[in-house]
Amino acid sequence: MDVFNEMFEDGAVRAPYAGLEAWLRDMPAELRSLRQAEAEALFRRIGITFAVYGEGGDPDRLIPFDMFPRIFTQAEWRRLDRGIRQRARALNAFLADLYGRGEIVRAGRVPAALVYGNPAYEAAMAGFVPPRGVYSHIVGIDIVRTGPSEFLVLEDNCRTPSGVSYMLENREIMMRMFPELFRANRIEPVDGYPQLLRRTLASVAPAKCDREPVIVLLTPGRFNSAYYEHSFLADLMGVELVEGQDLFVEGEFVWMRTTEGPRRVDVIYRRIDDAFLDPLAFRPDSMLGVAGLMDVYRSGGVTLASAPGAGVADDKAVYVHVPEMVRFYLGEEPILANVPTWQCSRRDDLGHVLDHLDELVVKEVHGSGGYGMLVGPRAAKAEIAAFRDRLLANPAGYIAQPTLALSTVPSFVAEGVAPRHVDLRPYCLVGERVELVPGGLTRVALRAGSLVVNSSQGGGVKDSWVLAE
Amino acid sequence: MLSRTADHLFWLARYMERAETTARLLDVGSRISLLPSAGHGYRSEWDSLLRASGTADGFARKYGDPVQRNIESFLFFDLDNPSSVASCIVRARENGRTVRTALTTQVWDALNTAFQEVRALERRPRPELALAQLVDWTMRATALVRGAIQGTQLRSDGHDFLNLGYALERGDNTARLLDVKYYVLLPRVDLVGSGLDTYQWQTLLRAMSAHRAFHWAYGGEITAAKIAHFLILNPMCPRALVTCAEAAVGHLDRLAVRYGRRTAAQDAAGALLTGLVGASVEAIFEEGLHAFLTRFIAAVAGLGGAIGACYLSGEGR
Repeated sequence: MDVFNEMFEDGAVRAPYAGLEAWLRDMPAELRSLRQAEAEALFRRIGITFAVYGEGGDPDRLIPFDMFPRIFTQAEWRRLDRGIRQRARALNAFLADLYGRGEIVRAGRVPAALVYGNPAYEAAMAGFVPPRGVYSHIVGIDIVRTGPSEFLVLEDNCRTPSGVSYMLENREIMMRMFPELFRANRIEPVDGYPQLLRRTLASVAPAKCDREPVIVLLTPGRFNSAYYEHSFLADLMGVELVEGQDLFVEGEFVWMRTTEGPRRVDVIYRRIDDAFLDPLAFRPDSMLGVAGLMDVYRSGGVTLASAPGAGVADDKAVYVHVPEMVRFYLGEEPILANVPTWQCSRRDDLGHVLDHLDELVVKEVHGSGGYGMLVGPRAAKAEIAAFRDRLLANPAGYIAQPTLALSTVPSFVAEGVAPRHVDLRPYCLVGERVELVPGGLTRVALRAGSLVVNSSQGGGVKDSWVLAE
Repeated sequence: MLSRTADHLFWLARYMERAETTARLLDVGSRISLLPSAGHGYRSEWDSLLRASGTADGFARKYGDPVQRNIESFLFFDLDNPSSVASCIVRARENGRTVRTALTTQVWDALNTAFQEVRALERRPRPELALAQLVDWTMRATALVRGAIQGTQLRSDGHDFLNLGYALERGDNTARLLDVKYYVLLPRVDLVGSGLDTYQWQTLLRAMSAHRAFHWAYGGEITAAKIAHFLILNPMCPRALVTCAEAAVGHLDRLAVRYGRRTAAQDAAGALLTGLVGASVEAIFEEGLHAFLTRFIAAVAGLGGAIGACYLSGEGR
């Protein structure tokens, strides 16, 4: 498999990485381990830790931070930027259509059962139009690279994509540890993200809001694995970090309990799942949500970001249709292509997948986080056999993709510097405008040869640079 | 601010102050146990300390007889003991982590460092750790957090809730430490004024870091009346009950101005302070020190309840 190395091509250093050669050469191993320890201590001290669901162990585990940055030229980024914005607009147009007239279904471009029968489809949203018609306000688009100009979208995240705090903190720590790199290279800043997020949320204030909107971030609480991120973002935006118990519904509005009495809330950036939002509308046993929230939402008293039911757009079976959405709603050709995908719900596709299980990556349609996934070329025979049974039991629950030759970036590993596979998650903001900071979160599979970048599966993170012109 | 945020800040401060008090208690215990002719052996003195901290039953269930080494573990490391230094620091940090955004980086850093260090101490072999070292470490860790709060926190309502936590916990703790001395350590009237009595008073002062301050303020012989005056009624003493009551009144008044409304909490704090300002040592001894302290501790608990109902529960309107 031909793997694209983002730093070295045909033995020569590619232009964007030229500024790193001297830095790498002048860093002896001792200094490197010193810096690495320093970075880890910084992460631990600021409290960025990550708990993995269901794994137990140290709840204050760190995501490994690799100090070797990942770099894009301005020209590369311009194309990504246009492609990401285009995709974010198309996904929102799809959601508006889906909960509105359903024209893409009527036109026969997307099967009805796939969307209306989808577990993420929210019937309570039908016929309701959220402020500015935006459903997914933060769209995380996972992108992989297979060649100098080959960028492919691996999946979309339309609910509450996490990880943006790592993008911001990785940069802070790199600037603190290697200021000389930032003086020598002209690197576009990413620290405007929290203010852009705040502006985006303010721009979708509900109809009944006639003042500077009061924004809150709703978290499941400190036991959630992304709690650090929730509190970090709330802090940088200057908004309250609330839990369900801090909010209540009275009259036509949502209020928060403060030391001065109740205060009205206009926009809720929620980082809890749809099912837990409102025990009256969804799961009655939810302790995380706010009773009556959906009624207030539907009557224009409060905005929820993202909208309930936005998840239907990031379903892996719906993913196949996103290029078609770009054509259908925007009348444009997709700038970023999808990874070729076999839908196991189709007889022909299923046959092909079953014949090539040892070559393909098979994913659960509704799964996330790298769980419930088969990486054929790296799986043992028994593992493949077990997966085959699961696949046959429920073909519609799976899609398959070729095992991609993900690009590599040099990374610091025990033996020194070695190429490791990476992906990229940029965070696109959709409100009155569509915004994107130049950068994102680069995840890296730190195990040699591994293609799984999820932090739950031994992945780490890198700072991602976009060079200014 | 969110009521829940205020609640976490209030308790963060209370737990940090309580950690410090538990360390001071350990210090008192070790000093008293060094006295050779106490007449009733160190065992019962350690037992008295456990009683004072309200953890005697928990200790007996887990360890049985009060052996010094076990008591040290129990008061410093034991997470089953809610008042142990480690428990308090873990909880303070948990409260802080929940309201991370309401703390400055320096405060969080000090709090989180204390937590990381306590976990590192837990991993070290016990024989390496002298009691004095553990006590010193606690004083330093709690001082760093308090210093970071006073030095860097915005003077917002959050600052008031932090300080209310400190004031209430400190008032309560000073009263309890005083009570140990008078009611628990020296129950026999014929020992009052004896060498043992004086030694215990000095130890108590030392444990409150008030040994030298006392001499500056009073001079001459150490007497029960002077010490009671110092620790109860003298506003120069940072741990005196009256100082704590003043702090509570001050911060609640600030909140009343900031929020434009007075509540039952201001009334409760005012009554607490008035009772102390008008008091004399003679009157307190006449009532009985133990009775007086019991009344004070109950009043502080009442004030805590009023602050909870008016500000921290989210039910106040």
